[in-house]
Amino acid sequence: MKKHRIPSRLFTGLVYLFLYAPIVLLIIFSFNATKSNRVWGGFSLAWYGELLNNTRLLGAVRTTVILSVLAAFIATILGTAAAIGFYSMRRRSRSVCMSINNIPLTNADIITGVSMMLLFVFAIGVFNGSFLSDLLGVRWSTGFGTLLIAHITFNAPYVILSVMPRLRGLDPNVYEAAQDLGASGWYAFRKVILPEIMPGVLNGLIIAFTMSIDDFVISYFTKGSGVTTLAVEIYTAVKKPVTPEINALSTLMFLVVFALLLTVNIRQVRQETAFARQRAKLNPGQ
Amino acid sequence: MKNKWLAAPYVVWMAIFVVAPLVLVVVFAFTGQDGSLTLNNFSNMGTYVPAFRNSFVLAFVATAICILIGYPLAYFLSRESLMVRKVAMMLIMLPMWMNFLLRTYAWMSILDDNGLINQFLSAIGFFNLWNSIFGTNLTFFHMINTQGAIVLGMVYNFLPFMVLPIFSVIDKIDPKVIEAAQDLGANSSMVFRKVIFPLSLPGVLSGVTMVFIPSVSTFALSRLLGGAKTLLLGDLIEMQFLGNAYNPHLGSAIALVMMMIVLVLMALMNRFGEGEEGVAVL
Repeated sequence: MKKHRIPSRLFTGLVYLFLYAPIVLLIIFSFNATKSNRVWGGFSLAWYGELLNNTRLLGAVRTTVILSVLAAFIATILGTAAAIGFYSMRRRSRSVCMSINNIPLTNADIITGVSMMLLFVFAIGVFNGSFLSDLLGVRWSTGFGTLLIAHITFNAPYVILSVMPRLRGLDPNVYEAAQDLGASGWYAFRKVILPEIMPGVLNGLIIAFTMSIDDFVISYFTKGSGVTTLAVEIYTAVKKPVTPEINALSTLMFLVVFALLLTVNIRQVRQETAFARQRAKLNPGQ
Repeated sequence: MKNKWLAAPYVVWMAIFVVAPLVLVVVFAFTGQDGSLTLNNFSNMGTYVPAFRNSFVLAFVATAICILIGYPLAYFLSRESLMVRKVAMMLIMLPMWMNFLLRTYAWMSILDDNGLINQFLSAIGFFNLWNSIFGTNLTFFHMINTQGAIVLGMVYNFLPFMVLPIFSVIDKIDPKVIEAAQDLGANSSMVFRKVIFPLSLPGVLSGVTMVFIPSVSTFALSRLLGGAKTLLLGDLIEMQFLGNAYNPHLGSAIALVMMMIVLVLMALMNRFGEGEEGVAVL
């Protein structure tokens, strides 16, 4: 049995090498003194300095963070409410709603992107041509607003998918018990239901946030000309032959993601151990 | 807690921002620039057959390679200890959290004519050896701006989407089922063929969906690794909406046809997959 392990471990190692070699190279060349991704010219932190002076890129980072936080929070509230609503529906209408909810998840990003772009351009055209625009003295245009709508739209399905299983696992009697004991509907929801589904809600929030940070295709089509996001800026920069600031940026992003994943995993392991210990205390016999 | 009206805001939201845009795509696909009803957008589609062929062939190849690499990887990892499995899955997900444009950018400098692979090969004297054997006069392998480079980019970017669902399905297989098969006299290859593989098929199917759809509709990858030499559907659609060839009506028609082909393929695959599962249950 042990002998079989060697080829399989070799294969696994090669796949991980394939996955990480390019990232390691980017990190190494982010410290390169010359403007090359191919020839090593000595150690330097010049590209990090350059990155910090690139106001356009930093502006894009700020837009992306504000956009992702807003979109994730709104999508989480909208999606959690929707999940409870779907859960309360009859089977037929629930399955219709869930199928529509799944459209942005299964559709190709480019189709979601261009379809929303069509809607925005169409709606803006109609509004700006109408008397309302003249009456209010307002002209719509694509920009941060359309970007935010698009992000909420593709984030909410993830929230619903992560809250739904939590709702299914609820004991329906608990809520009624709370009400029998005199809790109002909202109070019972806050004290009984919300704590139970909270892990699903938080999970949805995190997924939504990372999806927003990472999105390129949908932002590219819905952003309009005034604003720009990090991913779109990366695309512009990467189209040029060599842009060493991008190496520095990749390194920083990799470190942030690595630290985040590490803390999430450590927290999870700790929770599991604590949970196991608690269970052992409750059932000393087992 | 039963309150279906809580879903009302989101149902309205979906109607406006999910359903209406798709209806608009259909409307645009069947109308001309002047707004009249027409089928011209579809009858002109013949010109774009190469783009359709390129996209679907490259996406098929990339998906197949992802299965060939991802399935064994997921299977091998599922036999490791809990700690190794946790770390291994974290390491699979980690690159996914870096923007795919950055990951693609890394490959641009590796595959280049004077990039790192060619530098390495020439440093170890590989080209001298190659030239003396084959009588050629090579100083580098041309890898960037080829269809192969595009496939490599797809595999590199989307491989985790294949590994994760397969792994989570294999990981959930009840060890008792495998023990039962062994007790009934199955050897390890039979256990794999008759128990593990059929039970892991749903994971493979969702992996295929998650790799194939982004591959077939990609537009940045081909521009960065294919040097705009290979026109893919994604590029074509992008050109109609934001590029020089501005014609959202034609773009909508192309997007619609692409969506239909993908839907039909996925439906066929799921039906085929369900059939397999049915056999396994029997």
